[in-house]
Amino acid sequence: MNRWIKSILILVFGLFCVASSQVFAGELVIKGSTTVLPIAQMAAETFMAENPDVKISLSGGGSGNGIKAIIDGTAQIGNASRFIKQKEVSLAVTKGVYPVPFRIALDAIVPVVNPKNSVTDLTTAQLKDIYLGKIKDWKDVGGTPGKIVVISRDSSSGTFGVWQELVMLEDRVVPSALTVPSNGGIVQAVANTPGAIGYVGLGYLNKEIKAIKVNGVTGTEETTLNGSFPISRGLFMFTQGWPEGETMDFINYIFSKKGQELVRKAGSIPVFGF
Amino acid sequence: MKRQNIDKTVRSGFLLVALFSIVALSLIIIFLFLEGIPILEHVSLKEFLFGQYWYPTDDPADFGILPLILGSIYVTVISGMIAIPLGVMTAIYLAQIAPATVSQIVKPIVELLASMPSVVIGFFGMVVVAPFIQQLFNIPVGLNMFNASLMLAFMAVPTICSISEDAVFSVPTALKEASLALGATHFETLVRVIVPASLSGICTAIILGLSRAVGETMVVLMAAGGAAMIPTSIFDPVRPLPASIAAEMAEAPFRSEHYHALFAIGIVLFVFTFLFNLLADHISYKFRQVGEASL
Repeated sequence: MNRWIKSILILVFGLFCVASSQVFAGELVIKGSTTVLPIAQMAAETFMAENPDVKISLSGGGSGNGIKAIIDGTAQIGNASRFIKQKEVSLAVTKGVYPVPFRIALDAIVPVVNPKNSVTDLTTAQLKDIYLGKIKDWKDVGGTPGKIVVISRDSSSGTFGVWQELVMLEDRVVPSALTVPSNGGIVQAVANTPGAIGYVGLGYLNKEIKAIKVNGVTGTEETTLNGSFPISRGLFMFTQGWPEGETMDFINYIFSKKGQELVRKAGSIPVFGF
Repeated sequence: MKRQNIDKTVRSGFLLVALFSIVALSLIIIFLFLEGIPILEHVSLKEFLFGQYWYPTDDPADFGILPLILGSIYVTVISGMIAIPLGVMTAIYLAQIAPATVSQIVKPIVELLASMPSVVIGFFGMVVVAPFIQQLFNIPVGLNMFNASLMLAFMAVPTICSISEDAVFSVPTALKEASLALGATHFETLVRVIVPASLSGICTAIILGLSRAVGETMVVLMAAGGAAMIPTSIFDPVRPLPASIAAEMAEAPFRSEHYHALFAIGIVLFVFTFLFNLLADHISYKFRQVGEASL
């Protein structure tokens, strides 16, 4: 009887060791920007399928939270749709952490108008004035006369954040601007409204809407990669110090041909054209 | 078990069930106030309710919800102007004028409209109605206050219609017959006897219909345009209170100023619908028809 209990205990203990070693062997926590999330998610799924012993847990929360997680050590990878701020670097240094950035993808935001609109080219200054409500009529920017219908994104959207930073230079979008909750919603509204102007991520351009050149540059993968298209940003993954083990494997996976194809599939621009 | 004990158990069991919704409601209200009140540490009540600018994510942020409140009020009033005549007149027709076969067909159809999911109505407004009214009135944009009001009216009509139909239908036949016997025409009987006799029911119906319009989220999120401006024409885009909460809650950092501001908007919305219900209760009590003599 005693032997039985002993052997069962040993068996259970053994199973527990095997199980726990499997859980703890490759636990990878990724947090941060919702813009980077689709890329991280696709990459995590295929990465876990190829490496069954690695378990990746993913969550959003915004770029700020991603970088904070790296500094606090609550995640191995922090996603951000912007570069790290000076304030965050100082905080990291005081805690003895050295954040390492990896620019895994690029993202371009393209102003769009209705296909019936004759305007093809705007400067960033004109775009800013339109969104400030200073320019109200298409004839002021060389189009056929008609009221400009300004369409923007909700203030919480990452796309709005980039627009706010790179076009508005932190000034406020006019209150009368329509707000739409998604990239798809912008496409829908601009396609239905002859006088409309909006902005979408590069992956959302289609035949129903017309992309506008900014400062004479057409928004494409190429112009974004060579830096000539002004409304673009890098998407980053930050690690705590130079990555090791599974974290390094995962970062390498994102930079592999397969990983960069996933980047394109998620609607962003790969940093390498293989 | 003794009979008396069974009786007691059943009674307390039912009491618990009845208390459940009250407890749930009070917990929700407590939570709403706990999460909403802290915004007053950042802005004064006056700035919050009457401020004209809603820029919750800027630094420094502005939390003025006057444009949102006005958006909600205007949208509700306009949808009421469309839905009340439609709903009440349909109800009178169905209860008093229509032949039985017609009302047997029409009434279920009107009630079916009530079961239409709001997201479908919102989508209809965004994709079909917006381009249509934009071309019809030759205005810059179809996603506006008028579009949203029209869609909300669609949603309020079934509520108004079916509750007032019950009220009109329950007017005692003796009243109608007496009026006709005195030589009044059918129309005079409708306007002077039947409508006044069922007024409390009709008012309750209107208020319940409109309170549905105030709190409706999906439709205003999709069809109202979402601009946090004080509207100057019915073709201006607006951003009613529920649309702001729905659009921004997902991204507002937990327990941030923005988060508390959104809960405070929830309190304002709750106060609105609470007042509506109180009014409905008051009217149905005050104008209730007791017997046939009080007309």
